[in-house]
Amino acid sequence: MTSGLIWEWIIKSLVIVFGLLTGFAYLTLFERKALARIQVRIGPNRAGPLGLLQPVADAVKLIFKEELIPSKADKIIFILAPIITVIPALIILAVLPFGGVITLFGKQYSLSLVDLNVGVLYITAVASISVYGIVLAGWASNNKYAMLGGIRSSAQMISYELALGLSFIGPILLTGSMSMTDIVETQKPLWFVVYQPLGVLVFWIATLAEVNRAPFDMPEAEQELTAGYHTEYSGMKFALFFMAEYIKMIAVSAIAATMFFGGYHFFWEDKYPILGPIWLLAKVVALLFGMIWIRATLPRIRYDRLMAFGWKFLFPLALANVFFTALGVILGKLWLIPVLTMVALLVAIYLVSMSQTRRWNKNVL
Amino acid sequence: MESFEVTENMLDGISHLVSEQAIKGETVLLNMGPQHPSTHGVLRLLLELDGEQVINCIPDIGFLHTGIEKNMEAKTYEKAAVMTDRLDYLNTVGNNLVYCLAIEKLIDLDVPPRAQALRVILVELQRIASHLVWLGTHALDLAAMSVFLYCFRERELILDILEMVGGQRMMATCIRPGGLWRDVPPAFDETVRYFLKVFPARIKEYEDMLTKNPLFLERTKKIGILSKEDAIRWGITGPILRASGVAHDLRKVKPYSGYEQYDFEIPTHTDSDTYARYLVRMEEMRQSLRIIQQALDTCPEGAVRSNDRKYVPPPRAEIGVSMEALIHHFKLWTEGFIPPKGAVYAAVESPRGELGVYLESDGSPKPYRVHWRTPSFVNLQVLPLLAKGHLVADLVALIGTVDVVLGDVDR
Repeated sequence: MTSGLIWEWIIKSLVIVFGLLTGFAYLTLFERKALARIQVRIGPNRAGPLGLLQPVADAVKLIFKEELIPSKADKIIFILAPIITVIPALIILAVLPFGGVITLFGKQYSLSLVDLNVGVLYITAVASISVYGIVLAGWASNNKYAMLGGIRSSAQMISYELALGLSFIGPILLTGSMSMTDIVETQKPLWFVVYQPLGVLVFWIATLAEVNRAPFDMPEAEQELTAGYHTEYSGMKFALFFMAEYIKMIAVSAIAATMFFGGYHFFWEDKYPILGPIWLLAKVVALLFGMIWIRATLPRIRYDRLMAFGWKFLFPLALANVFFTALGVILGKLWLIPVLTMVALLVAIYLVSMSQTRRWNKNVL
Repeated sequence: MESFEVTENMLDGISHLVSEQAIKGETVLLNMGPQHPSTHGVLRLLLELDGEQVINCIPDIGFLHTGIEKNMEAKTYEKAAVMTDRLDYLNTVGNNLVYCLAIEKLIDLDVPPRAQALRVILVELQRIASHLVWLGTHALDLAAMSVFLYCFRERELILDILEMVGGQRMMATCIRPGGLWRDVPPAFDETVRYFLKVFPARIKEYEDMLTKNPLFLERTKKIGILSKEDAIRWGITGPILRASGVAHDLRKVKPYSGYEQYDFEIPTHTDSDTYARYLVRMEEMRQSLRIIQQALDTCPEGAVRSNDRKYVPPPRAEIGVSMEALIHHFKLWTEGFIPPKGAVYAAVESPRGELGVYLESDGSPKPYRVHWRTPSFVNLQVLPLLAKGHLVADLVALIGTVDVVLGDVDR
């Protein structure tokens, strides 16, 4: 291992981390702007041209804000919780390929930090760590609202992680590898979204729950639990939770783009590898807009229904998706996968709507 | 954890309201409000929870007590009208109307037909505005945040009309004993007609977002069922009563201000749940539009204020030329008018239910006693009944569906 390689890693890591931090700052602005446009408002436009300095103003405000720790809180865990939440969010993208190989000053550089052969496993493992931060934050705050938020989130994340993990299996089966680079390369002729329409759906719903986004923003549930697990947090500690949530949004969008939407592949990417990261960014922004759009449109689903939805609807569908994908791969007839999975989805929707109607017609709570 | 243990002072004076388990510390006592985003002002709810299930819900009111009833006793009849706006700040015109109706009943004052029609238009516009705030906040409580801003966009149109009429967006006191403060400006007709033209499409827009949205149905169907018998027993009025299947609306039952001339329906529903109350209120907005349309089309020309100089100040123009007018003006604005001794009760259908005012005169220029029968106060009583057995998440939907205005509750 040469020192040059180590420097390359360090520089790439820094680029990813700072890219994510900047992305987080501007995602907040993007979200506020997009929400405002949907809601016939203008959104932030005072700080800098088009409000572009708004994230800076927010950061300055949060840094200089007084940090309060409730007197009866468990101080060590209270301080540790936001850190546990934010670090997995920052390192999750380490295995993601941002582009092919580019030539710079006569040397070849690959546009990814590491090509881990168990990349997908790494992502699922790291993604589940942050739930500890949230639960501990809820517990350590010594606040009942925070406690309820923490408990809700642990239950929610554990339930949805299963569906999330199962939806990863589709691309893995199609590729025959767990390496993210392999998955992207296999999608060069055709994106996996074609073979995995149900997989994308399950992944997307589970992701929304995983990153606590509307309509699954149970742990925060502003209208019910004031601010959920971070009720007692202020200043930079609060900002860390906020940061974790938004960075995870970026991360899961990037993962979705990589697993199902061809990663960095798009037009002319063969000829100019430098276009790879740009295409990936475009796909991520499109997916992020989807998340924001959903938030602007849908009411929040109730907590007990969320659990029922996760276990009774999403989980069986994810299993069906794995089964039909495996079947298609074994038989060598990939076109079977979308057909069968869509049939499974329609059957599931029919069954759910039947049971819903029955529930509402029954004169009980 | 320490805070989960029940301390003595936490249950001080309320231990008879919570269950045995709460005293033993087996259930969680949670304070919701008075500073909470979903309690629509400063309502405090003491919740007894088993997990997230509400076992007991004890509303605690009085955080917005303003002493308006008592204060009104210190003002002359006409000047006290200004305070009525501050009770239910989403139904300001309706508050003015019921107060003026009571005075008019007390002194048997005539109201010109034009003023009657304009009062109906203003009150119905106010009803729509109030329902828009209800819809927006109700949807926001369920986290459908865009609906809130769409509703406020339309409410803005109504507030513009009210500003045009009374010079103030919310608390204009444009309804006075004997008619209106002054005639509406010439652009009024056109502006209201524009509103009538655009608003049906906007209602459809809200309905597109909510009425058949599975997530919205999930949050409102079979939530907070209030049976017909319970509703009557608790004295509930307004959309909540009508959603429980009782077609009781003071505009039909005891028409005032010429409501008997207009053709409109009272929407009712039999499901008695939060969704039924949503449907009833949405339909009420449409019916209000019908009433406004008719009132606008049939609105006669003429005076907008009674000519009874003993009770109604003369127009400004007369003061310069008529000595009598000057004396009336002076007397009315210094001493005020003196109604005969007696007590009256007048009631109107506010957006929240029966809004009544009891007025007692002891033969002085100031009311001896003013008592308000406010719908929010009465309707809030059923919240514990509705909430029992539901989840905390449903509680915010229930506060929204009861549609309380804390200014109206505490007064």
